[in-house]
Amino acid sequence: MDHDATADVNAPHSMGTTIIGVTYNGGVILGADSRTSTGLYVANRASDKITQLTDNVYICRSGSAADSQIVSDYVRYFLHQHTIQLGQPATVKVAANLVRLLSYSNKNMLQTGIIVGGWDKYEGGKIYGIPLGGTILEQPFAIGGSGSSYLYGFFDQAWKEGMTQEEAEQLVVKAVSLAIARDGASGGVVRTVTINSEGVTRKFYPGDQLALWHEEVEAHNSLLDILNASNPEPMST
Amino acid sequence: MSSIGTGYDLSVTTFSPDGRVFQIEYAAKAVDNSGTVVGIKCKDGIVIGVEKLIASKMMLPGSNRRIHSVHRHSGMGVAGLAADGRQIVARAKSEAHNYENTYGEPIPIKELADRVASYVHLCTLYWWLRPFGSGVILGGYDRDGPQLYMVEPSGVSYRYFGAAIGKGRQAAKTEIEKLKLSDMTCRQGVIEVAKIIYGVHDEAKDKTFELEMSWVCDESNRQHQKVPEALLEEAKEAAKAALEEMDAD
Repeated sequence: MDHDATADVNAPHSMGTTIIGVTYNGGVILGADSRTSTGLYVANRASDKITQLTDNVYICRSGSAADSQIVSDYVRYFLHQHTIQLGQPATVKVAANLVRLLSYSNKNMLQTGIIVGGWDKYEGGKIYGIPLGGTILEQPFAIGGSGSSYLYGFFDQAWKEGMTQEEAEQLVVKAVSLAIARDGASGGVVRTVTINSEGVTRKFYPGDQLALWHEEVEAHNSLLDILNASNPEPMST
Repeated sequence: MSSIGTGYDLSVTTFSPDGRVFQIEYAAKAVDNSGTVVGIKCKDGIVIGVEKLIASKMMLPGSNRRIHSVHRHSGMGVAGLAADGRQIVARAKSEAHNYENTYGEPIPIKELADRVASYVHLCTLYWWLRPFGSGVILGGYDRDGPQLYMVEPSGVSYRYFGAAIGKGRQAAKTEIEKLKLSDMTCRQGVIEVAKIIYGVHDEAKDKTFELEMSWVCDESNRQHQKVPEALLEEAKEAAKAALEEMDAD
């Protein structure tokens, strides 16, 4: 066993992560894996990296868990006040701008990549990518986190403008699943959040129900299960 | 119908027994005695016009502007004490600028009006400040369409289809009510505003005046700007003609 790889469980939690945001005709879909790691130890295998800012704006968080949480807490607070003053829901653009002002001004201390996605009545569904330095870029789709390295080519090929909600959902789930297969720092389950004029819908895809990719092995029953069975036959299935 | 507020009108932090703050009412008088400012909301934008009374024949035409741009999409016409009005405009510009820096979008006109009104009201709360002796008509065009607001020295702000402040406001409001604003474009609105201002100007009591007009509409690409020279001249001609018609009756 390597000595330095065995993590101190109190070390800073990082979200290895694969996060995705795509627009479709009618809204946006945000997707993410659920692994939070401290070195090689998986601190949380079912975390929720898609965080609500307002009724109509959500973000995907990557990088340092602490940093991304504190940024999202601040922005949620500012947006709440802004909504009260404005008398109507904040726009996605305003939410994204507040995130990037924090990211940019504190770039020396923060390590967080964020994807802001939502729906408002003026612009419809919008996705904004805000990577490490605090750049803001409005994109038809955005990918982030360590697992996203394996998805650039995939999206080049699979992305289309004006997809339906079903097509976009399947694309997001497939992409996160592909990244989980290759990126050790991503794993667990796939969570998606769909935001459109009608509201917000959360979906959950358990890890063992995802498609298997190249060289991925099917799950076998655990030996522990067959020991308790009436007729214990080793490796029967 | 002004009552003398003897004793209760010395400070803006004093109420009278019948619940009035006289200092604020006196500030409003400064606005009532100034040249008329008119604003209307047409179907495709806002038009603001000012009856700029000329104090001296030696003043250059076009100087002492009474209409100021606050942001690309909005402007305000000022009545009352000019220096006070300048402060209000400066504050509005600052608020618009800060909003855009923080939130990444141009300030919604409703929000701008709220902030200007809050600032004007602020100056009615402390004995060591005096109320602003000017009122403004704020017009702008944002993603919710064209909007017109009026802010008074008391800090009150309402949204209007048509508004007028200054000497000729009663007559101007009567004229505005006759207009069918929802069918009118700003091009037509400019002519109507000019007619109204020429109409309410009292030749006998007041010196000569200069007509100042601005608009923010689809035709100006939703930017606040002075009404183009050609249209302004056309409006002045139409207004003078309308006056002569009235005199001829």
